[in-house]
Amino acid sequence: MDKVIGIDEAIKDIRDGDTLMIGGFMANGAPEKLVDALIEKGVKDITLISTDTGLVTTGSGKLIAKKLVKKLYASHIGTNKETGRQMNEDETDVELVPQGTLVERIRAGGYGLGGILTKTGLGTLVEDGKQRVTVDGEDYLLEKPLKADFALIHAAKADRNGNLVYKGSTNNFNHVMTAAAEVTIVEADEVVENGDLDPNFVHTPGVFVNHVVDGGLING
Amino acid sequence: MDKLEMQEFIAKRVAKELEHGQIVNLGIGLPTKVANYVPDDIEVMFQSENGFVGLGPTPTEENLDPNIVNAGGIPVSIKPGGAFFDSSTSFGIIRGGHVDLTVLGALQVDEKGNIANYMIPGKLVPGMGGAMDLLNGAKKVIVAMAHTAKGNHKILEECDLPLTAKGAVDRIITEMGVIKVTTEGLVLTEINPEFTVEEVQEATGAKLYVDKDLRKMEV
Repeated sequence: MDKVIGIDEAIKDIRDGDTLMIGGFMANGAPEKLVDALIEKGVKDITLISTDTGLVTTGSGKLIAKKLVKKLYASHIGTNKETGRQMNEDETDVELVPQGTLVERIRAGGYGLGGILTKTGLGTLVEDGKQRVTVDGEDYLLEKPLKADFALIHAAKADRNGNLVYKGSTNNFNHVMTAAAEVTIVEADEVVENGDLDPNFVHTPGVFVNHVVDGGLING
Repeated sequence: MDKLEMQEFIAKRVAKELEHGQIVNLGIGLPTKVANYVPDDIEVMFQSENGFVGLGPTPTEENLDPNIVNAGGIPVSIKPGGAFFDSSTSFGIIRGGHVDLTVLGALQVDEKGNIANYMIPGKLVPGMGGAMDLLNGAKKVIVAMAHTAKGNHKILEECDLPLTAKGAVDRIITEMGVIKVTTEGLVLTEINPEFTVEEVQEATGAKLYVDKDLRKMEV
């Protein structure tokens, strides 16, 4: 299969009000070119799911800076002053989710689970409005799945079938997010032919990937 | 001690808590400095919550790899024997009890081992990042911080800021001493000889019990 398409074609169905997952951790492993293309296309009122909002100039933080986000799920927003300002002035609805809970909610969304049980957040503000579940005498919080219309992912390498390989610490939220969206779009630094990736060392199977955009080509 | 000397002093004392073979997660800021003082005769693996174990020192310009950053987004390196993984695995390691020790800073800690370190309502709301998971999952939690903040108590009978976790803290290490959190309350086990027990109590917003074997804090 060949999932490689142009960047404009890849994002053409993303509309105002859609829910987007965007990979990266402090923009390390963020799909910068897909985010730029989205800004150029001018999609607004986005519900954004991203572990942090990078800086105002990097990663998913660029969407915040352009005031395109209506609702945000994130674990940390301290490095992007604009996120905090929008939250304090009620411009953007921000739900702070513990990082380990955020990743598992996304995993649950992609893996067909009705939620996850975790001790993280018990006895804190995170517990507000949530159900406590007792299993074998131990208390847990029920955390519900998160899904998205689109996931925007970065990988070091992709083959035409969408099998992905990450480098260094750039995997972070990218892998789990691939499974949790209706449509998963990957920006790969390098696209190789099917058969060129050793199937023993694929990090994300192409099953989860709909479109591959060649980040290297666009750069060139 | 100026602020920097105080941080180094605390970091050096925390480093003496490290044990050979441990998986250790260090928070941002003062706790990060602990990595500089690992005793020569032991080996520990530092975990970086964004997705690897084997966190190594800041790379030189020639061997900098922009793909490798720490949880603060700063370029770092990975040591031989290290491994990269995704955030689900990373927090499986954290939540699942596979981290032996975490060292974190705090805004407030109280005598029940409750800790507040992620927000000051209306003022500072950076978010909890991975702190709530670490506090729940790590086998041992050490708070490393200045004993007071601008003269205000940080060690209290009860935290009044929103909690990051309940009953999670095992030990508090400051420039004044080492405090153990027990079911009976806070026990001062070591004291910096620059201070008297009375001075440490004065700087603490909760009753301090003095260990019968109170030792001199050495770094």
